Amino acid sequence: MKVTLFATCIVDMFQSDVGIATVEVLERLGCEIVFPAQQVCCGQPAYNSGYVEDAKKAMKKMIAAFEDAEVIVTPSGSCATMFKDYQHVFQDDPDWRSRAERLAEKTYELTEFIVDVLKIEDVGAKLEGIATYHPSCHMTRLLGVKDAPMKLLSHVEGLEMQPLPNAQNCCGFGGTFSVKMGNISEQMVDEKVDSVTETKASYLIGADGGCLMNIGGRMQRRGKPVKVMHIAEVLNSR
Amino acid sequence: MAMKIGNEKFKDNVNKQMEDTFMRGAVAGAQERLRTRRLDAAEELGNWEEWRSHGEEIRQHTLDHLDYYLQELSENLQKRGGHVFFAATAEEANDYVKGIVKEKRAKKILKAKSMVTEEIGLNAVLEQEGCDVIETDLGEYILQLDDHDPPSHIVTPALHKNKEQIKDVFAEKLEYKQTSEPEELALHAREKLRQEFLQADIGITGCNFAIAESGSVGLVTNEGNAGMVSDLPDTQICVMGMERIVPTFEEFEVLVGLLTRSAVGQKLTSYITALTGPRTAGEVDGPSEFHLVIVDNGRSGILGTEFQSVLQCIRCAACINVCPVYRHIGGHSYNSIYPGPIGAVLTPLLGGYDDFKELPYASTLCAACTDACPVKIPLHQLLHRHRQVIVEKEGRAPISEKMAMKAFGIGASSNPLYAAGSKVASSVMKPFTKDETISKGPGPLKAWTEIRDFPAPNKERFRDWFKQHQKESGKA
Repeated sequence: MKVTLFATCIVDMFQSDVGIATVEVLERLGCEIVFPAQQVCCGQPAYNSGYVEDAKKAMKKMIAAFEDAEVIVTPSGSCATMFKDYQHVFQDDPDWRSRAERLAEKTYELTEFIVDVLKIEDVGAKLEGIATYHPSCHMTRLLGVKDAPMKLLSHVEGLEMQPLPNAQNCCGFGGTFSVKMGNISEQMVDEKVDSVTETKASYLIGADGGCLMNIGGRMQRRGKPVKVMHIAEVLNSR
Repeated sequence: MAMKIGNEKFKDNVNKQMEDTFMRGAVAGAQERLRTRRLDAAEELGNWEEWRSHGEEIRQHTLDHLDYYLQELSENLQKRGGHVFFAATAEEANDYVKGIVKEKRAKKILKAKSMVTEEIGLNAVLEQEGCDVIETDLGEYILQLDDHDPPSHIVTPALHKNKEQIKDVFAEKLEYKQTSEPEELALHAREKLRQEFLQADIGITGCNFAIAESGSVGLVTNEGNAGMVSDLPDTQICVMGMERIVPTFEEFEVLVGLLTRSAVGQKLTSYITALTGPRTAGEVDGPSEFHLVIVDNGRSGILGTEFQSVLQCIRCAACINVCPVYRHIGGHSYNSIYPGPIGAVLTPLLGGYDDFKELPYASTLCAACTDACPVKIPLHQLLHRHRQVIVEKEGRAPISEKMAMKAFGIGASSNPLYAAGSKVASSVMKPFTKDETISKGPGPLKAWTEIRDFPAPNKERFRDWFKQHQKESGKA
């Protein structure tokens, strides 16, 4: 299957390894990957801060960049949600709205794509150790992807999954919230780090780069020895 | 006290509240208990999503025809001998109640829990008239005794206090000499309140839902105090927000079920009361005079706008009980009697952006609130809408942020700029980078790196790797 990759700006600039893992896993599962070089950021940082008009510029760019794609896959639940929301952003603009609707229909988060479209739950990955999974808010609540990551992780050979206490609580990232309300964000991420520590896991797994950058950055600052892994990297471990 | 509970800045409030480790422990514990109970109650009922949709539909229908149902309510109540007053503002509502108090030469006024009377600051107005105003909901009673400590939650107002603190309040104000056992504390409050009930001149209640078809005021309580407040005094006043109404008892039943399950995980509360006008011939109890005060106070200004759905709220606090921000900053940080996600949406609408423009930003937009709401108010979307209004219509965002976002718009929509920026990012950040980590970042990264490390930009961007990868596999 021909898959058009929406890498996300975080992956492009800060987490190449996640992008590489995504490509390698999908290729191994028989997909042919296309990467439109015109892609930039989905616009979420500006959009969520209330700068809708500024964000629309990036959104139009993205709609155009992915217009020819048959299937779009992204290793981020939050950015996939943003793609699906474009149609509401352009609700008063019939031309862009219908282009945004077509974009939404063909957009999938990575684990959702593997489980629901490719119908694969065991990707043949192997990783020794204890891990816990942080279900990111936009992916679970807004995109509605809850089970796919757990199904995939349950088939990773050697990996023992421990439930994360209060997993449903946000990690405190929230885009610009993390710097605008830094002191509240700190308390939230600290509670998340404490919950991760409580599981005694060696790996913290997630499916959203922003949340992982937040929790990982705080764990590193606090000297916690837990390794943060994007689920694409786990699925690419052999 | 009115809706606004202090003059401190939001940031100062937050910093102060986050120091209160007891409060934070109490809130976290309560959140976990209430969340679990709500989920269990929803599961026990079954088809929760359908019930939510039904609740939403009832609320939307009622709001779309609010004028019709308020008219029906008013006519039906008047037929039963009740008086109805529409108050456009808090002042008009307070003046009307004050007028009744004067006419009756009332001294002692007993109240059942009501958020709308907190919102309009009724108690303070009546106290200025020389009245003795007594809250009879146990939580509200404790707060009132404690020199009018404001509520920190809309269902459990004294959530931020523990039993030791409550014992101290009772000891100081009521010469209480027993232990901090909740049963003993409650018994003592009951004995005190019983005397008050018997001497009350006027009873004041709020209204969970008025029922248009019968002209009734529906009340949902657990302590039975609302029954005492409405049965014993000779004059009864109900104060309701103008949107708190349902067409018939059929919808009342649905919404009460959603309310009690969402608020405290109960199938029903101990008491569900419908008050319909004054005592009529042959009835043995109830007031001889019944007044309903319907308060607008900014609500009609929300009708018909993009924020209308906030008026669907049934005040269950499910959104507050799951909010990860409220969890750490508590109710008093919001500076409003309406805290949490619902407060962050409603307060700026009723009280304006001058005092409350920070509240819509006190959220990560994690949508836990939207998920929990039994009448499907899209709370996180309304918070986002506030931000858009603040930035784009009101122009109240800081200049530095505006510039940054403008630059974002230009940078992210121009491929040459994005390409150049992302390509040099690694070398620009090199002076701040050690072991692939930035622990003291410049500019906008400063706030981030005050508490967490930031990854160094990739030396090779993903897109560069991909190009190479395509070449190696012979595809490009």
